[in-house]
Amino acid sequence: MSETLAFTRTPSVAVTPTHYCPGCQHGVAHRMVAEYLDAEKLAEKTIMVTSIGCSVFLYNYLRFDSVEAPHGRAPATATGVKRVSPDKVVFTYQGDGDLASIGMAEIMHAANRGERITVVFVNNTVYGMTGGQMAPTTLVGQKTTTSPAGRCASTEGSPFRMAEIVAGLGGVAFSARVALNNVKHLAQARKAIRRAFEVQLAGQGMGFVELLATCPTNWKMTPVQANEHIEAAIIPTFPLGVFKDIAKNAGAC
Amino acid sequence: MSADGRIFVKGNEAVSMGAIDAGLKGYFGYPITPQNEIPEFMSLHLPKAGGAFVQAESEMAAINMVLGAAATGARAMTSSSSPGVSLMQESFSYMAASETPCVVVNMMRGGPGLGDINTAQGDYFQATRGGGHGDYRTPVLAPSTCQEAYDLTREAFDIAFRFRTPVMILGDAILGQMKEPITRGEPRPADPAESADWGLSGAKGREQRVFRSLFLAEGLLTAVNQRLRAKFEAMSSLTRCESFMTDDAELVVVSFGSIARIVKSSIRKLRARGLKVGLLRPITLFPFPSEAIADLARQGKRLLTIEHNMGQMLDDVRLAVCGIADSAFHGTLSGTIPTPDEYEAAIEAALTGGSK
Ligand SMILES: Cc1ncc(C[n+]2csc(CCOP(=O)(O)OP(=O)(O)O)c2C)c(N)n1
Ligand code: SF4
Repeated sequence: MSETLAFTRTPSVAVTPTHYCPGCQHGVAHRMVAEYLDAEKLAEKTIMVTSIGCSVFLYNYLRFDSVEAPHGRAPATATGVKRVSPDKVVFTYQGDGDLASIGMAEIMHAANRGERITVVFVNNTVYGMTGGQMAPTTLVGQKTTTSPAGRCASTEGSPFRMAEIVAGLGGVAFSARVALNNVKHLAQARKAIRRAFEVQLAGQGMGFVELLATCPTNWKMTPVQANEHIEAAIIPTFPLGVFKDIAKNAGAC
Repeated sequence: MSADGRIFVKGNEAVSMGAIDAGLKGYFGYPITPQNEIPEFMSLHLPKAGGAFVQAESEMAAINMVLGAAATGARAMTSSSSPGVSLMQESFSYMAASETPCVVVNMMRGGPGLGDINTAQGDYFQATRGGGHGDYRTPVLAPSTCQEAYDLTREAFDIAFRFRTPVMILGDAILGQMKEPITRGEPRPADPAESADWGLSGAKGREQRVFRSLFLAEGLLTAVNQRLRAKFEAMSSLTRCESFMTDDAELVVVSFGSIARIVKSSIRKLRARGLKVGLLRPITLFPFPSEAIADLARQGKRLLTIEHNMGQMLDDVRLAVCGIADSAFHGTLSGTIPTPDEYEAAIEAALTGGSK
């Protein structure tokens, strides 16, 4: 009996082990982006802007041309890339600490200007790389190393819902939130990533996709528990959905 | 424009023209006095010249837009004034490490802090010591006339690309705001081949290219820093200064930028009175013209450093003549605009009173 290959590697993903923890979904997010760009034969004209956080070595795993931006500044760096190279496909890849905390100004303004870029936003509700501190997306009540009693809404604020916030800005052509925790959600994620690039390619504005992802290490869970946690605890705070799509509300910009 | 092709412009406009004539492809900036004529000029003229202009939401965004544009191999720049430049420092460090060429203009104003919108030279240390975190140097050019502002800005791009490094133009409010006639050179068209072997363009038919400053594996960063150090040392070939009436001078003033112009007026007046004084004006602040200054000291000339700060370049002058001589110092503090009369008195006192 011959074996059938159920899964093939997409060429833009490098053949190398990653440094991610077991059950971390950064790798899943990387692969989905690469699969889309390979399928559309866009890899050769893609420039990615990498950021700080666990995904800082993205350029070791995705074989696109790349520039590393300081913490939070990827949308500005991507603006610079795209403004002088409008024919390239440009995306940023940012964690929640990166995008929603230190880089809040950069994402708001790049979105408001309608930069023709795609933003891949990985929300795992913590600062992963620095050891699990509270992020702007940390759930109310969630324990982290800097919210040991659980995040308190009245002193530490409530989680920023970035996909909804960004959707409210004029320059955004597509904004959605998806999750990476099960097969059904992965199919939705694939579609959202596609749309987030399509609007860039059509010159319609920014494409923004928020991916709810696991951080088993800092959540102190097994990978399976972490997947369940997304369903049980995170999605209720961060509802999945498309919050803006230029194709559906044409003229909104 | 006059019949001989000269135009009457502000220093800030001269800088802008120099950049556009150097083939500028992207300008990204945030308003701050006294350099606002640069973003204003760019917003009007750069798009017409085929380049991109963005008014960024902050200095941090501006410099990181420069980082992105410059990584593609385009000629890119920003401009600001002292507090704004402080906000950009993090990215200078990234660009020095990832070898991203760009031009940054600092039209200095008073400090510390949010001091004054008027002129000062308080950012000498920040500019010449790299300024950001880590261990790096960037060439710093200090024009003192509008023509020089035009010429040096143009040249700054060539230096940036030759060494793949950020280059700073260090001016001040006087230079930015004064108006003088300049002659523009031939515009240089943007040259796509200039960065063909390193710019990001999409990895078609080749390995990916990465602009990075993170090197975690043991020894890797050391190796990168070794290569960078060799580059910083090679920058010594850029050293340049102007000598004015130094040959027979008993006392030479070391001064830079627009302050050196005021010093020059004072020296002319002192010369008219028969006093043997001259001026050495560093045009490159990094690399610093240490040899030229040491030569003067070896010839037995006395030195007086004049700056519009509490004494920053003074350290470099003293290092240059260490073991041979010392330099006296006269500093005007930010918040006060220096006059030729004040400097005339200070130079005369140093000449007749001996070294302080
Ligand atoms: C200016 C600056 N401040 C702080 C840091 C430290 N730092 C590195 S990664 C990180 C948080 C990243 O969290 P997130 O963006 O959520 O990414 P994750 O690690 O969870 O993937 C911080 C604070 C830094 N590198 N630069
Ligand atoms: S710390 Fe969290 S985000 Fe970082 S690699 Fe591990 S699981 Fe992934």
